[in-house]
Amino acid sequence: MSTVATTDPATTPVEAFAQLEQNGVELMPLRKAGLARFSESGYPTVRDEDWRFTNVKPVAELPFHLVLVPLGQAIGQEQLTSKTFDQLDADRLVFVDGHFNADLSQIGNQPSGVTVTHLASSLAGLEREVGSLSGGDDNPFVALNDAFFTDGALIQIGDGQRLAKPVHLLFVTTAGEDGEAAHIRNWIDAGANAHGTIIESHLSLGKAATVTNVVTESRIGDGANIEHIKFQDLSKRAFHLASLHSELGRDARYVFHSVALGARLSRNNLRLRLAQPGIECVLNGLYMLRGQQLADHHMIVEHAAPRCDSHEYFNGILDDQSRGVFHGRILVQPGAQKTDAKQTNKNLLLCDDATANTKPQLEIYADDVKCTHGATIGAMDDDSIFYLRTRGLDAPTARRMLMHGFAGEIIERIRHDAVREELDALVWDRLEAEHQLH
Amino acid sequence: MLEIRNLQAGIEDKPILKGIDLSVNAGEVHALMGPNGSGKSTLASVLAGREGFDVTSGEVLYNGNDLLDLAPEERAREGVFLAFQYPVEIPGVNSAYFLRSAVNEVRKHRGEEELDAMNFLKAVKAKMKELGLNEDFLKRPVNAGFSGGEKKRNEILQMAMLNPKLAVLDETDSGLDIDALRIVADGVNRLKRPDNAQLIITHYQRLLDYIVPDFVHVLHDGRIIKSGDKSLALELEEKGYDWLVKEAA
Repeated sequence: MSTVATTDPATTPVEAFAQLEQNGVELMPLRKAGLARFSESGYPTVRDEDWRFTNVKPVAELPFHLVLVPLGQAIGQEQLTSKTFDQLDADRLVFVDGHFNADLSQIGNQPSGVTVTHLASSLAGLEREVGSLSGGDDNPFVALNDAFFTDGALIQIGDGQRLAKPVHLLFVTTAGEDGEAAHIRNWIDAGANAHGTIIESHLSLGKAATVTNVVTESRIGDGANIEHIKFQDLSKRAFHLASLHSELGRDARYVFHSVALGARLSRNNLRLRLAQPGIECVLNGLYMLRGQQLADHHMIVEHAAPRCDSHEYFNGILDDQSRGVFHGRILVQPGAQKTDAKQTNKNLLLCDDATANTKPQLEIYADDVKCTHGATIGAMDDDSIFYLRTRGLDAPTARRMLMHGFAGEIIERIRHDAVREELDALVWDRLEAEHQLH
Repeated sequence: MLEIRNLQAGIEDKPILKGIDLSVNAGEVHALMGPNGSGKSTLASVLAGREGFDVTSGEVLYNGNDLLDLAPEERAREGVFLAFQYPVEIPGVNSAYFLRSAVNEVRKHRGEEELDAMNFLKAVKAKMKELGLNEDFLKRPVNAGFSGGEKKRNEILQMAMLNPKLAVLDETDSGLDIDALRIVADGVNRLKRPDNAQLIITHYQRLLDYIVPDFVHVLHDGRIIKSGDKSLALELEEKGYDWLVKEAA
């Protein structure tokens, strides 16, 4: 375990910034621009249309505390065993509070032409790339991330290459103090016809109200086929802000799954631009919340080329006073003919106090397209319960089966067998252990 | 086996069944026919225990016990099976998992050993073959995205696996083409034994070309207005329901 000299923590954005300057001068233009944007905008409020249902005031009110150098606390492998995906046959990059931890990470033999490492180690040549895909976004958390990111994954898969094993990015927070924030930047570049599975998980080892702010930029090349599974299971006090900015090549296949079970508040911005013909893209998500939890998925899928498919499926199981937010904007540009865009958001409310806010938004400027959307919010379907009961299953078993099915509908779209099976079992256990069947 | 006496039932304050009397004995196949709105599906729902129907008078005895007193799942475990007119789609619930759970609930109730995954698969695959269902069927979610014919065949598959004493088939023929109808009817006929009974609810006679009933009853406005043997079904096919309705009036 490496020991690290501790420095006084920065307590204001400007102080923190002075510390960051020492880490890499090439990134300073990006960082400065980010800081300037954030200074201008501040944190979003519910007056911003994009944040109407998701109040980040509790984040804004936390002490500002960046983890710019690794915290002194040593994390051992024993603290990660028994965590989700620990037994998965995968290469693993572990980040602790936003800092790469070499001792906990294992990278096996990936073929030449594949790079799996942490971004801070290989920034040379990427200074101009980082920020190029997220650059157009006015999300204040992206601006903060530009200014303050410490590290993150770097995955490059060359043309025609495939990942020999899935890559598991494990982000853990250990912070013991409220407000300790890790800003993480991932860069994924899959070349033409590249293949691979990437798993991203976010877990807490401490119980403090930590903040993780993740920006992932991904460029998926022509004909590439990438599955990305994100699993967020942070502590019930944690805050998680994330955005994915993805540019897809001709005939690329990209499947992104979001399983959001943890955090007091989580927000996933998904921004996909389909600017080449023949792309197939699936965004598939499950959120299961209780207590005061909130999970927000906010998508903008832009169809800018003909013959692209984008399918969004999001199911939420909401208990207690929790809230699920879904915003799905599909923008079909003129010329994006033969677009096939489908969007569904289903919310199962287990409790009268739970809330679902769902906002599908189709903006279509082409005339030969197929776009559908549908949203449901409600309790469990009586007809389905009755059907199962007439087959001999008692009412609680029927409800459990339906709830499992509701989650299973999403989980079964995960193509990677071991990941799907592990998540299926985990979700089942969680439903059994945590969600009251009324 | 089934003894329905002066059964009156409805939804909210609207009476639908206005005094049904019907006896079904082991080994018998009964057909219940009638025009739309006569109360056929209501009777099926009341027998299966669907919520929302109020029984205002009469009784239903099943093997001498009060059937209406039992929860839907208890009826199923006691051997009552309803094949739905509109089988419910249950996305996300795997067909094999669902069916094995159901079969084992019923077996447990009967004091039989539960089927493990292997034995279940062996049993279900044999039945699926008879019904012309592909093996991938088991991996699919229950009824989700199934064609009309697949849904009906799935009902018969469930029936075959649960091995009921009393099967109520609610408009199982609706929406089937002639080939599917024949497969479904063969499936039903294969389940007929001296110790079980079938109540076949249908609007049209054509199903009865393949499943030959011992008795035919005509339901109109919540009452059985005529009972007879299979020739009654043929007469209805020829003349429609109107003459009977006039006769009863």
